[in-house]
Amino acid sequence: MTAVIETHGLTRTFEVGDISVHALRGINLTIEPGDFVAIMGSSGSGKSTLMNLVGCLDTPTSGEYVLDGERVESLSKNQRAMIRNRKIGFVFQGFNLLSRTTALENVELPLFYDRQNHVRNHRQAAVEALNRVGLADRLEHTPNQLSGGQQQRVAIARALVNRPAIVLADEPTGNLDSRTSVEIMSVFQELNAEGVTVILVTHEADVANYAKRIVGLRDGRIVRDVAVTGRHDAAKDLAALGQREELD
Amino acid sequence: MISITRLLRASSRSILRNRMRSLLTSLGIIIGVGAVIVMVAIGEGSQAQIEANITSLGTNLLLVIPGSSNTGGVRQGGGSYKQFTFDDIEALKREATLVDGVSPVVRSGGQIIGGAGNWFTSVYGVSPEYFKIRSWEVSSGEFFTDKDVTARRKVALLGKTVADQLFPNQDPVGQNIRIRNIPFTVIGVLKAKGQTGMGQDQDDVILAPATSVLYRLKGDRRTASIDMINASAVSSTQVDSATAEMRTILRKSHKLIEGQDDDFTVRSQAEIMQTATETTKTMTLLLGSIAAVSLLVGGIGIMNIMLVSVTERTREIGIRLSVGARESDVLIQFLTEAVVLSVSGGIIGITLSAAVVAGLNKWTTLQPIITPNIVVVSFLFSAFVGIFFGFYPARKAAALDPIDALRHE
Ligand SMILES: Nc1ncnc2c1ncn2[C@@H]1O[C@H](COP(=O)(O)OP(=O)(O)OP(=O)(O)O)[C@@H](O)[C@H]1O
Ligand SMILES: [Mg+2]
Repeated sequence: MTAVIETHGLTRTFEVGDISVHALRGINLTIEPGDFVAIMGSSGSGKSTLMNLVGCLDTPTSGEYVLDGERVESLSKNQRAMIRNRKIGFVFQGFNLLSRTTALENVELPLFYDRQNHVRNHRQAAVEALNRVGLADRLEHTPNQLSGGQQQRVAIARALVNRPAIVLADEPTGNLDSRTSVEIMSVFQELNAEGVTVILVTHEADVANYAKRIVGLRDGRIVRDVAVTGRHDAAKDLAALGQREELD
Repeated sequence: MISITRLLRASSRSILRNRMRSLLTSLGIIIGVGAVIVMVAIGEGSQAQIEANITSLGTNLLLVIPGSSNTGGVRQGGGSYKQFTFDDIEALKREATLVDGVSPVVRSGGQIIGGAGNWFTSVYGVSPEYFKIRSWEVSSGEFFTDKDVTARRKVALLGKTVADQLFPNQDPVGQNIRIRNIPFTVIGVLKAKGQTGMGQDQDDVILAPATSVLYRLKGDRRTASIDMINASAVSSTQVDSATAEMRTILRKSHKLIEGQDDDFTVRSQAEIMQTATETTKTMTLLLGSIAAVSLLVGGIGIMNIMLVSVTERTREIGIRLSVGARESDVLIQFLTEAVVLSVSGGIIGITLSAAVVAGLNKWTTLQPIITPNIVVVSFLFSAFVGIFFGFYPARKAAALDPIDALRHE
């Protein structure tokens, strides 16, 4: 099977005044289609920087990034915009929803920029995506009328609406209680079961155990790359949680 | 391609979403456009008023006065001054083809006694052609005729002001008045003309046959003379050729030889009008520039609001880019938004100024006129301001990597 994501010696250096911050120092990473990768590492280890590069939101300082057999460096700005629109769904660490804009309109946004107009009925697709993350009853709410967890779920719905082959999520459960976290993870597991490649960043080992593979980062380098043994099933965990609540 | 209707819907949504920002942006345009249109309308209105006033003096009017024309305020040559005679008038009537009315004007004036009291006014001695040249009409009675002129009859036509002063409660026609103690019979009253552009009462006048004024009022035959000749060109396009023709005839009649300076000056109404129009044009320009400054201030206001919202908008642009918008998508969208904003602001400004102009017309003596030119110009300018200041920051943001745009503080 050919890899969907392949990086060779990827580096990213930020110039802050006179000093250079080496956020990534040579990442070699290969991810097969249908994989479910959890990226772990302490704060500042370069997880978000890596995700932004993989999501074609940022350009590397050096190194090579091959996405679906295409070298991203050689693509034009517009082609990269197209990739962001069609192939990748990105969930930001800080949500990045349009303020004063309803959940529905936020989720519809990627469809608006799809030139081929793959999805005819924008509203219907957006409602389905919101339904999937359990927000069907908050369509007309704006971000400031939603809780942090609900905003996170709107951001996830927006990443799903274009039916991308890859979903990237930067700490999707960062601000959520454990029950909501499990709900979110069940959405990702469900997607993964449908064949979507999922990559997510997390601090929590519990969350990482829902993935198939864990990649550890430290100081901009990969220090660990292991398969998950004893993988958790979010659907089962949810059911168990439900039972416990009934007993209480 | 993103469809136009989607684009328009998205930008109107974005405008409505940020009502305060949109309102403040448009306000600059509304006030700027409104002010420019009203100011220029006032200027244009007074210009038209003055033109109408001058036209009411008589269209295609040509004035011939004795003496050569002044150059730089210095009268040229010696002895270049000759009084007009009735022979000059006859020569013009006989030979001129581009002139369809010639009348002498003999100026006199003084105390008029009659009816209710007395009144001090000007008396002009003219021939019947004068009425047509100067567009006079009678409100009662009738004009005098060539016969009256030949016979030096002591008949007079009263201007409205004179008639009102001397005969406030009766028709003056048939009444006798005394001009400088010489009795005249009133045969008609002139229709009111109102004031000239310079504020002179045109109705404070008495018209009488030129001969009567010259020989009976002014008396002394040796010094009394025709002060001025009034004529009228056949059409406004022929004014210049008529002027030239009159010059030739008068030179011949005055027996001037080649190389000798004219001893008279022909002036056209067009020249007089030009001077007056230039004055009002300057005024229009002045008013217009004051208003243009307000439009500029409005533009700066727009820029301020746009700059303040740039951080917010840059994040918005980052979000749009991150879900797959192209640079051009973002630009088109911002452009659409700016155009929708400034166009609606412009339309409101135009409507507002139309209302103000209507109000001024109704409740003040100003008669402003809105010309299409100024509407188009101020509208385009304001649209440009809105687009430029709205579009420029967007262009900068759209050129960024999405992650840089999102991080922008
Ligand atoms: N735009 C930037 N300019 C300068 N330095 C940056 C920039 N973005 C990231 N960095 C630096 O790069 C390093 C990696 O940052 P990154 O955001 O990838 O960390 P992270 O692993 O996602 O951390 P966290 O878990 O706190 O989100 C940090 O030292 C950070 O200071
Ligand atoms: Mg991070």
